[in-house]
Amino acid sequence: MLLTENERLRQNIMEWVDEVNYDRSGLIPILQKVQKKYHRVSSYAMQVIADALDIHPVEVYSVVSFYSFLDEKSKGRFIIRLCQTISCDMAGKSRVARQLENELGIQFGQTTADGKFTLEYTNCLGMCDRGPAMLVNDQVFTHVTPEKAHEIIEKCRQTFGVFALQDQERIG
Amino acid sequence: MKAKYQGELTFGMIEPAAGLNRALDMRRSDIISEISKSRMRGRGGAGFPTGTKWNLAAAAISERKYVVCNADEGEPGTFKDRVILQEYADLVLDGMTIAGKAIGAEEGIIYLRGEYAYLRSHLEEVVEARRNKGLLGAITRGSTPITFDIRIQMGSGAYVCGEETALIESLEGYRGEPRNRPPYPVDTGFNNFPTIVNNVETFAWAACILAKGADWFTQVGTDKSTGYKLFSVSGDVEKAGVYEFPMGITIDDLLKEVGGTGAKAVQIGGASGHCVPAADFKRVMAYEDISTGGSVIVFGPDRDMLSVACNFLAFFVEESCGQCTPCRIGNVKLLDGLKKLQAGTCSMTYLKELISLGETMQIASKCGLGQSSPNAFLSIVKNFKEELMGRVSE
Repeated sequence: MLLTENERLRQNIMEWVDEVNYDRSGLIPILQKVQKKYHRVSSYAMQVIADALDIHPVEVYSVVSFYSFLDEKSKGRFIIRLCQTISCDMAGKSRVARQLENELGIQFGQTTADGKFTLEYTNCLGMCDRGPAMLVNDQVFTHVTPEKAHEIIEKCRQTFGVFALQDQERIG
Repeated sequence: MKAKYQGELTFGMIEPAAGLNRALDMRRSDIISEISKSRMRGRGGAGFPTGTKWNLAAAAISERKYVVCNADEGEPGTFKDRVILQEYADLVLDGMTIAGKAIGAEEGIIYLRGEYAYLRSHLEEVVEARRNKGLLGAITRGSTPITFDIRIQMGSGAYVCGEETALIESLEGYRGEPRNRPPYPVDTGFNNFPTIVNNVETFAWAACILAKGADWFTQVGTDKSTGYKLFSVSGDVEKAGVYEFPMGITIDDLLKEVGGTGAKAVQIGGASGHCVPAADFKRVMAYEDISTGGSVIVFGPDRDMLSVACNFLAFFVEESCGQCTPCRIGNVKLLDGLKKLQAGTCSMTYLKELISLGETMQIASKCGLGQSSPNAFLSIVKNFKEELMGRVSE
């Protein structure tokens, strides 16, 4: 049987809600799973979660809008988060930032037109002794130089197209 | 005073489970007296006496209690908890289990910041291995069997969730907005049950104290700040990384050990801490002088302190939860003022207004974030006024 995206989303959410026993305190873990799998928490997802947990959808929205790792808007397959806090800043984050923009042809806060990459700043990643640091999805990269930034993006790109099958899980 | 660099920390010399095994044979009240006798204060930065916290939670009467490990290490310049979780996770879990027995809790939660998601699988393996060894779940090896298990919950990118009541809000599935205190979590915590929230490092030291005894811990440090402390050192130094020093070390001594002599200023305690100029490098890092969670950011002679202050304020503008006005608006105004200084368009009168605003924020903000966010601004303005005023914009 073919499932529409929304039906699949609803099914996933109901499984995840069941795992936390329909408890409100499981809200954020559920949202994190939705974000991870669907690269966003859509208003439809919020409605389904709210119904299942018996809370108002606005409450779910208030949580999604609060946390910077949860987003209603669709994000790229790879979310690149460059640390902008002081130690990484002093270690030369600006040049890395410029290179990332050049490589991807977008500015910080944007997603590439093909939906592959999102470029963001983030606050302290706890890698202050090895800056500049950045996250690509869950994976951390340290001592990033402009050249290394290029290589990391190339590696991400290799997971698309004909390489997709063998390399999908390697990065992020 | 010999520095211990990462890889050679005291944590590596303590046998895992040694402290826990001893605690399992002790009475609950004896465990807490041992911790109280060590006079350890919270290693996250706020410095609340750990023994007192545990005692309050132990005294609370409730069908359920919780032990929460605050691994939401978001303070700029702090990364010691990352190293502890990577290398000495067993010690942290020992500490949590000891706390569980001491206060009578059966459930522990590690609140791990979203940025540290790559540590999660490692921690889950350690937790699982402990379950198999009978160190979690039904623990029968002590004088009285106890039940204690640990789960991991991820944060989602919010600095303010490092504040303990915000962390609890987040655990409950709400926005991470700090609560009014009192009531304190030891009384009304996670899902309204008594809860202790301690820093990663605090739990690890608790396990060491149980293993080696309180006297071992009080041998070092000062009278009011006992024991060792981990410091996260970054910035303009030869060798950045995690160091272990006895509490009460002077900034001068620390800089010598890390290769940061000649520094112009040091930021102690992260963005919410204080900027200490070279003239004050004789001051000591201890709860009675400069209280710190261990973040040390060193600024070399050529650093522009104004852009440093801007970086800190931009951080707070982003991370303020927006719940109370002094913090939500105040940080924006302070950053705006710094931009004026950068452009060379800030009058002394306006700067004085900003200083007074900063002082108001320290008093009027609801939680530690807003109360401490003006610290960096105020100390940089106070110590580097010469450098800040009369700029000619490029």
